[in-house]
Amino acid sequence: MGVFFEVAAFLAGRQVIDVLYFAWVRERIGLPRERIETSATTVAELVAELRAREERYEAAFADLSSLRVALDQELSSFDAPLAGVREIAFFPPMTGG
Amino acid sequence: MRVAVQSQPFDVGAEVSGFTAKVRGAGAVVSFTGLVRDEGGNLSGMEIEHYPGMTEKAIRGIVEEAVSRWSLVDALVIHRHGKLAPGEAIMMVATAAPHRADAFAAAEFLMDYLKSRAPFWKKELGVGGEAWVAAKDADEDALKRW
Repeated sequence: MGVFFEVAAFLAGRQVIDVLYFAWVRERIGLPRERIETSATTVAELVAELRAREERYEAAFADLSSLRVALDQELSSFDAPLAGVREIAFFPPMTGG
Repeated sequence: MRVAVQSQPFDVGAEVSGFTAKVRGAGAVVSFTGLVRDEGGNLSGMEIEHYPGMTEKAIRGIVEEAVSRWSLVDALVIHRHGKLAPGEAIMMVATAAPHRADAFAAAEFLMDYLKSRAPFWKKELGVGGEAWVAAKDADEDALKRW
């Protein structure tokens, strides 16, 4: 893990991203965050990769219109590129105020 | 411009007094406080989740946008997270401006944006179980007037 993990991933053309889940997305997947090594180049590709993993990811990502995504803590979109991104978060539409 | 994201309760009266005492050159202070409803006794409380780090950043961005649009002397946003009981204050905004039109408009703008652009998620804790509050189309539509 740590630096060696990240360097090895970089050399293999892959990147290491912290993936965060909130609200019912977190509940469906069963964890608040995880570190993922991926070769996905866009958010949509990463989502496809996660959905193929296990049923709980499929359940969380079944309807993308009910999900929002933030890249490095800025709201973004599913077609956004992942290059250089350290942290990605998936969550339902926000209900503050 | 103070932004506070906290689990602890806050004293609305003391916050408004403190805010008002410090503004210089303002002729108007507007404040809004959002409370946990009890929905006719069907709600035992509310749990609010947020995205530490992004929450503060997003609120600061919204406040900066308000400052760029209206003539504001100062603004304050306090938003709680964690478990809250019916009747407790969830959040408040206060704005100070030379004239009331700017103070009112900026406060409404802050509220509209906090509702759907600050990363908070409300879960209602009810007698019959718990449920995430769904975002309303009306909340998204409210942004279009700005």
